[in-house]
Amino acid sequence: MRDVAIVSFANHITSHAEGDDVEMLVPVITEALRAANLKKKEIGFTVSGSCDYLGGRPFSFVMALDAVGAWPPIEESHVEMDGAFALYEAWVRLQHGDIDTALIYAFGRSTTGSTRDVLATQLDPYVMAPLWPDSVGLAALQARAMLDAGTCTEREMAQVAARSRRSKKPGPGAHTFAEMQAGDLLGLPYTTAPLRAHDCAPDSDGVAAMVLVAGDRAKKLTSRPAWIRGIDHRIEAHQLGVRDLTKSVSTALAAEKAGALGKSFDVAEIHAPFSHQEILVRKALGLAGDVEINPSGGALVGNPYIVAGLDRIGEAARRIHDGSAKSAVAHATSGPCLQQNLVCVLSEG
Amino acid sequence: MSEPIRKIEAPVRLEFTVEAGRALTRFLSSIVEERIVGRRCPECTKVYVPARSSCPTCGVPMSEDVTVADTGTLTTFCIVNVPFEGQTMKLPYVYGAIVLDGADLPILHLVQGIPANEVRMGLRVKAEWTPPEERPASLEAIRWFTPSGEPDAPFDAYKEHL
Amino acid sequence: MAIATDPAKAPETAASPRRLAASYVLEYTYRRSVGPVIGRFLGALRDGRIEGVRTASGKVMVPPSEYDPETSEALSEFVAVGDAGVVTTWAWVSEPRPRQPLAKPFAWALIKLDGADTPLLHAVDAGTIDAMSTGMRVKVRWRAERKGGIGDIECFVPEGGAR
Repeated sequence: MRDVAIVSFANHITSHAEGDDVEMLVPVITEALRAANLKKKEIGFTVSGSCDYLGGRPFSFVMALDAVGAWPPIEESHVEMDGAFALYEAWVRLQHGDIDTALIYAFGRSTTGSTRDVLATQLDPYVMAPLWPDSVGLAALQARAMLDAGTCTEREMAQVAARSRRSKKPGPGAHTFAEMQAGDLLGLPYTTAPLRAHDCAPDSDGVAAMVLVAGDRAKKLTSRPAWIRGIDHRIEAHQLGVRDLTKSVSTALAAEKAGALGKSFDVAEIHAPFSHQEILVRKALGLAGDVEINPSGGALVGNPYIVAGLDRIGEAARRIHDGSAKSAVAHATSGPCLQQNLVCVLSEG
Repeated sequence: MSEPIRKIEAPVRLEFTVEAGRALTRFLSSIVEERIVGRRCPECTKVYVPARSSCPTCGVPMSEDVTVADTGTLTTFCIVNVPFEGQTMKLPYVYGAIVLDGADLPILHLVQGIPANEVRMGLRVKAEWTPPEERPASLEAIRWFTPSGEPDAPFDAYKEHL
Repeated sequence: MAIATDPAKAPETAASPRRLAASYVLEYTYRRSVGPVIGRFLGALRDGRIEGVRTASGKVMVPPSEYDPETSEALSEFVAVGDAGVVTTWAWVSEPRPRQPLAKPFAWALIKLDGADTPLLHAVDAGTIDAMSTGMRVKVRWRAERKGGIGDIECFVPEGGAR
């Protein structure tokens, strides 16, 4: 395997974007390239993540290419998935050995339509999608299953939400939430029982960009590259009824294959659009009690669909870049009730 | 055993509120005032109409607004003879690529005021604007283009835009 | 697609760009081939019966799938199951969304039908959240006019009627 590192990361997450996709992407891609000390023409492979139904526009990635410029023609790919899975493709591409650099970006405007309805279109089209089950309703089924099984409590869920809101001061345009103790959050009404508003990630707009560099070149370009020491993703069946919703078997398997099990980490960034899912993933990753979880605040304080998973990996890398962590594990998810999960292990050395 | 089902209707309906970005907002709020605004790329110097935020070729932000003329040259075109749902034009009609004077990239629009079989590459055309009170913030602010009466542009004048 | 807002006459400034917004509806009239297994399941629903399929390990899957989720083998042994069963988990929808099975508050539930080993997703019309509990028994409320779709089950209701 070739050593590959995340050398830079930039993002912008807001409750409602002012510009269009390209206008959001340009400053963030520019910043990621600047921090990587690379020019656009030095990028060997470009790959993006986006979702056409989210903005109601087929082939949305084609327009977004304006943000990178595709002349002379560039080597480019796209996934109709979270940017975290675009990162995986870039990592695989760099393993070929003929190029050293890759740019990954993701863009998602959850506020253009209704994410709850858009996500219903990813379900089985014969026996599930015709009922239009919304993403919150399906997550609530999972939360109830966990509560019934005793694998989490409503108080633990509220604690996740309270910690997420405390973790990070909102930047310009970010969602703002009242800081509340878990006990006070529990006094609020259910929205889709057993979920309350604070258990569910908001709909956000956002973009993220990342530069990967292989081998010695990563050390030459930046002082503290975040080396990818393991990366893997696994998917489960689409029918909810055949899965045990109280476990995340795919996360555990991805963690094993990525070499995350039994290791200690300074930081864990978990992509959990619902509070109970953080508890579930934490267990599947086998995290020790002293790991700092979601110092970025996680998806519960800013959740641009398609971007939030890549954003977790980027935020974990950022902690290695700035020297506040030596090791990190990051997780990204896709599909209803944590159907598909990616685990990425990062290290300073 | 029951007769099995072979096909189901599985319609998808999603509702959106799309917002124009900053560059497109510039274009759309100008066109209702009978001005066509593009943007010039600082690297390749091409003027894109409608205004867009970033040059698709160079991948750099464009910030210089350029007002272009409402006259231009038809570079290429097709004659539509086939009816389809939602069609508002009488058949046959001409739809073509028009490079406005001052722009480097063509817009696509209707050509009227000339029999379809007389339309040709290099035809000089002029915008026919909708009345201000019913003018939408879209390219439909221009009803269509009609011949301007000028002599045809020579092929060399527009060949790079094909 | 229609422009919903008039462009204001005030000039754009960096601090307050005017926003032009338009409402936009995306609609696809998909017609899907359902294949032999789902086709048989839906045909049975139209006739007011529920059928599952037996997997290699002997489990009865409802709804059925064409291939065994564990072994990927093609599945073809159909098994009739009951039209009542047990709620394995549920969520209370206080504000239903358009196109969902019921327009009044209802529960999403996974329901393990009698004779089935995997639960089915559907709606439960229980009236109030207090009438819902994990492990409760529910039964099908059939739609009067059925056409061969999951919607032939209008919803489930608590066995013995709503409290």
